Amino acid sequence: MEKPIFDFGMNINRRHFLSKMSLGLGSAALGSLLIPDIFKGGEETSVNDIVSGLPHFAPKAKRVIYLFQNGAPSQYELFDHKPLLNKMFGENLPESVRGGQRLTGMTANQTSFPLAGSIFNFAQHGHSGAWVSELLPHTARIADDLCFIKSMNTDAINHDPALTFFQSGAQVGSRPSMGAWLSYGLGSENQNLPAFCVLLSRGIGNGQGVYSKLWTNGFLDSVHQGVQFSSGENPVLYLGDPDGMDRSERREMLDKLAALNEGTFAEYQDPEIVTKIQQYEMAFRMQAAVPEITDMSKEPESIVKLYGPDCLVPGTYAANCLLARKLSEQGVRFVQLYHQGWDGHSNLPKEIRAQSMDVDQASAALVTDLKQRGLLDETLVIWGGEFGRTNYCQGKFSREDYGRDHHPRAFTIWMAGGGIKPGISYGETDDFGYNIIKDPVHVHDLHATILNQLGLDHEKLVFKHQGRRYRLTDVAGKLVKGIIA
Amino acid sequence: MSLQNFTKYFFGIAILVGSAISCFQCIHTKKGGRGSGEVSYSFQVRPVLSDKCFACHGPDAKHREAGLRLDVAESAYAKLRDGKGFAIVPGNAEASEVYKRIISVDADYQMPTPESHLGLLTKDEVEVLRKWISQGAKYEKHWAFVAPKQSALPEVGDESWPRNEIDYFTLAKMGEVGLEPNEPAGQEQLIKRLSLDLTGLAPSPDLQKKFQDGDTEQRYEKIVDELLSQPSYGEKMAVHWLDIARYGDSFGYQNDHSRTQWPWRDWVINAFNRNMPYDRFVTWQLAGDMLPNAGKEQILATAFLRNHKYNEEAGIILEEYRIEYNLDKTKTVSSGLMGLTVECGQCHDHKYDPISQEDYYRLFAFFNNSKEKGQDKIQGGVAVAPILEVTDAERKSVLNFINSADTSTIWVSVMSENDTLRPTHVLNRGVYDAPGKVVTASSLKSVMPFDTTKYAKNRLGLAGWMFNKNNPLTARVFVNRIWQEFFGRGIVKSAGDFGMQGDLPSHPALLDWLAVDFMNHGWNVKRLVKQIVTSATYRQSSRLTEAKKEKDPENIYLSRGARYRVPAEMVRDIVLSTSGLLNPEIGGASVKPYQPKGLWEGSTANRGDLTKYVQDTAGQLYRRGLYTFVKVTLPPPAMIVFDASNRDHCEVKRQKTNTPLQALIMLNDPAVLEASRVLAERTVGGKMPVEEKVRQLFQRIVCRRPTEKEVDLLVGYYHSELAKFSKDQQKAGKVLNVGDFVHEKGVRKDQAAALMRVINTIYNMEETITKS
Repeated sequence: MEKPIFDFGMNINRRHFLSKMSLGLGSAALGSLLIPDIFKGGEETSVNDIVSGLPHFAPKAKRVIYLFQNGAPSQYELFDHKPLLNKMFGENLPESVRGGQRLTGMTANQTSFPLAGSIFNFAQHGHSGAWVSELLPHTARIADDLCFIKSMNTDAINHDPALTFFQSGAQVGSRPSMGAWLSYGLGSENQNLPAFCVLLSRGIGNGQGVYSKLWTNGFLDSVHQGVQFSSGENPVLYLGDPDGMDRSERREMLDKLAALNEGTFAEYQDPEIVTKIQQYEMAFRMQAAVPEITDMSKEPESIVKLYGPDCLVPGTYAANCLLARKLSEQGVRFVQLYHQGWDGHSNLPKEIRAQSMDVDQASAALVTDLKQRGLLDETLVIWGGEFGRTNYCQGKFSREDYGRDHHPRAFTIWMAGGGIKPGISYGETDDFGYNIIKDPVHVHDLHATILNQLGLDHEKLVFKHQGRRYRLTDVAGKLVKGIIA
Repeated sequence: MSLQNFTKYFFGIAILVGSAISCFQCIHTKKGGRGSGEVSYSFQVRPVLSDKCFACHGPDAKHREAGLRLDVAESAYAKLRDGKGFAIVPGNAEASEVYKRIISVDADYQMPTPESHLGLLTKDEVEVLRKWISQGAKYEKHWAFVAPKQSALPEVGDESWPRNEIDYFTLAKMGEVGLEPNEPAGQEQLIKRLSLDLTGLAPSPDLQKKFQDGDTEQRYEKIVDELLSQPSYGEKMAVHWLDIARYGDSFGYQNDHSRTQWPWRDWVINAFNRNMPYDRFVTWQLAGDMLPNAGKEQILATAFLRNHKYNEEAGIILEEYRIEYNLDKTKTVSSGLMGLTVECGQCHDHKYDPISQEDYYRLFAFFNNSKEKGQDKIQGGVAVAPILEVTDAERKSVLNFINSADTSTIWVSVMSENDTLRPTHVLNRGVYDAPGKVVTASSLKSVMPFDTTKYAKNRLGLAGWMFNKNNPLTARVFVNRIWQEFFGRGIVKSAGDFGMQGDLPSHPALLDWLAVDFMNHGWNVKRLVKQIVTSATYRQSSRLTEAKKEKDPENIYLSRGARYRVPAEMVRDIVLSTSGLLNPEIGGASVKPYQPKGLWEGSTANRGDLTKYVQDTAGQLYRRGLYTFVKVTLPPPAMIVFDASNRDHCEVKRQKTNTPLQALIMLNDPAVLEASRVLAERTVGGKMPVEEKVRQLFQRIVCRRPTEKEVDLLVGYYHSELAKFSKDQQKAGKVLNVGDFVHEKGVRKDQAAALMRVINTIYNMEETITKS
């Protein structure tokens, strides 16, 4: 077992030597290099690199698009249909159901916990009969393509630690996020784009912010860091040439620069200089590739119709969904979207209606679009927030208006494609929706399963840092076999 | 692959993967460093045991298999629990269960087990264990937990090479591995290196000239002293300390208001500049408030412990976060100052180092008596209690190193003790609401006993323990970190982990010599720095030959000068200092230079005072990199891309990557373009021929004379660009239209634009932002 890994390591190193030291200068022979090395630069190969690049087994999915619903959407208004809550409307949550669950500081001093049923109507959809509320008509239509996990649970009860936990498997600290792990483990499929891209948008609901820690490389090499795309004039920071500089002028400047750097290399023989020349070439190619991908003007009418007119407005969730498809199609390993605004502590019915409008059509369109391109089988799409919401009301309370606090113990997400069973609902909560009664899925389990679909054994994808072997699933995580096709 | 090639590759990999075992073996077999093949427990055996065995047969009592420990002799030599034989039979490998299992191919019998995912031992590792057991299986205490002793200087072949003690150690090591030192660096290379290393700035043309006028030993020393006495020295040194202290300008969790810890940063710069001894420097930061007659300055220093993030989210559980903050303090002190990773101890006994969960919470207890709460009134810029008020009057007297144009009072989060001791519990699984046994404060006994007759059980006692000369870690860790600043790599590569899973020192005797010398000379930092930069080791040329590339690609054995891309702040500082734009003002509130639009706006939750990026103007645009405002949830992108710390937690070592995003910054960041423009406008016109202008600009930016080829290339580029711009003055105007800095009057736009392109090309040269 050790032997093949060692041999593989030899190859990696040999390749590394070749790519860094024996490359013809100035020829910019980048196409000849193996792709995973291209977006990589810097320091020496470490023993960790030897572990990477090894899919542990045949992958079902090649890429991931994660539609993160930041702020925690209420499962009661969208997926987890609990008529009992309407029946018991206003009654106190029985202590036996709460079972000592800790509360956030926002409701800890509340004297009662009045149950609040959803004001929205639910119906079953598709052959699978999945429950989806009236807020998500487009999602309901593709129910048979989706796998609803009704039994998600997490350890954290506040946004920042919960988000961080979902991204990195740890509530605090700067551990690498999921996209960084995949970039590290599998590299990039496209030599002109980073392996891990991040897209941000925001609805009108109560938002909780995002932060670059969520797409950090942690202790992994910083080439694995998520690259944040922005909706401004430069989709990637500093991508655009300054005013008055056209492509041919940039080419000319880079040729002069390469000649100067070659001179330095002749003097010092430092392989980092060769890498530097390559990275300028890569930058030049990115300058062409990225605007091409972010340009929505050439999208056919049918696509605009599918995603909705917002997809032509940069920075909207719909535009990001379309961009995610395009990036993914071009081989970007992990596209991470964040859509803010789901934190419905008060005024929840109104806010969630608007939030749902923002995301419903485009989320469903993404799945449909991938499917019609034959890409859904190899692309894993995930939709969900960092925790769920309480079945009782926080603050002001009436039939039409209520709020819900954070609930880590049970919530719903959905997955599609990438070798996940379509058209099923997995796991169950009790009649109060408060506790899981069947097939719980913890965040670590979800991580293990995502990695599995990409051909990675979560216990083997490790990185040794400061004396400890770290992994995305920390010291836990079980494959959720019941959702794997 | 021929055998010869295989060996070459193998050697390369051995070094690349940092497999100290193989390297040390090469050394020992070559030169017999430790006599005739005697295996060293600390340097050869323990790394293998630690990596492959201790997870299940080590210090962690809860996860110990078969009741067997391989980290202590008593257990390893004792009869196995199942009564069948012994794990280790000293002197007889073949009879030892450990050996039988590591060579077994039977999956049910072999070690490590397949389920552990640790992988089997390599042939080399097996051989090391076999030899060690055959030689008597002698255990030694971990090298880093034994107080350093100064050994005699090693003998070297070439007595004329060493300039000071450092060189004896490095030259002897080069001899052992079959390397020879490079020639001394040329004057141009050396002054740039020196200036960057001591001040973080490129040498001015004046300084370059001064240095050229002779390189006698005395002159070199004089220039070193001059650079050490410049205020920019303190700024340069502060950067690595800010990383350790996870200094930021905001609270760091989602709402992320701004905060005002920067007076502490000004104190750090000042402390380095007045060469405060390291023991005092750290004692004040750990326990300044507890010193007899503590003044405002000593209390301000303790902000070090309070720089970590604070969660402002409504509804957090206060105790959960109060604990979290103390965990952070524990981590910063252990990793940043003691060079140990102890976080494992938060949830369970350490698996590799002899640190139990109880030991961990005893260390934690030092910080647990702080007055702070999990959350307090936080408003924009106002610190969380306990706080220090810094008034304008104080800034004009006792705290006159704090730079503030504003006269209003500033609040800084600092340390203060509760009147009655808050009990500390071992937290089961590390969870705040699962308190176990009550423990009292004590530092790590496996490092050095915490003698309560000498040390109080509080932070001041902890500082006393740390700076006892028998403490095996404090001096080594700091000396190593300073070494890393100059050579790009510590003598111990894992600068934050001197424990058993950390890297072994490449030059153990040198590290110990320097550590003892440092303590014996009053923890004098400038003296240490001067020792390093005046050594022949430091002054070598960085030229790399094929042979050295093959033998020592990482330059572990220091047979050439260090060569690497400078840290993020320095990239900026080089651009500003060489273009003449630099505003040399020291300290003060952090500043907001150019940043791409929409970054803060796109990620904010619309709470707090940092929802929009409000760029500074005028002189504040040209401050050094270390003053750039660090919003912890979205740190300055141009810095992060160049591997700056995100200040989320204590960081002792930065990465050094080389990516296309860095290229894009140097090509398109308005800061670099503006510097090119301003320098161009200042240079065009007059009678000086273009060739000469290019020469001077090159000298100024790259800090060496250009070759004729380089001059020809750049002058040719200038003329071709000029031809273009002469025909299109409007385009020239567009090109020049970058940055707020006022335009020079009466310059010809076509010439300025052409020259700007030339300058921008020079700024993009690999050499410009490389210390070589």
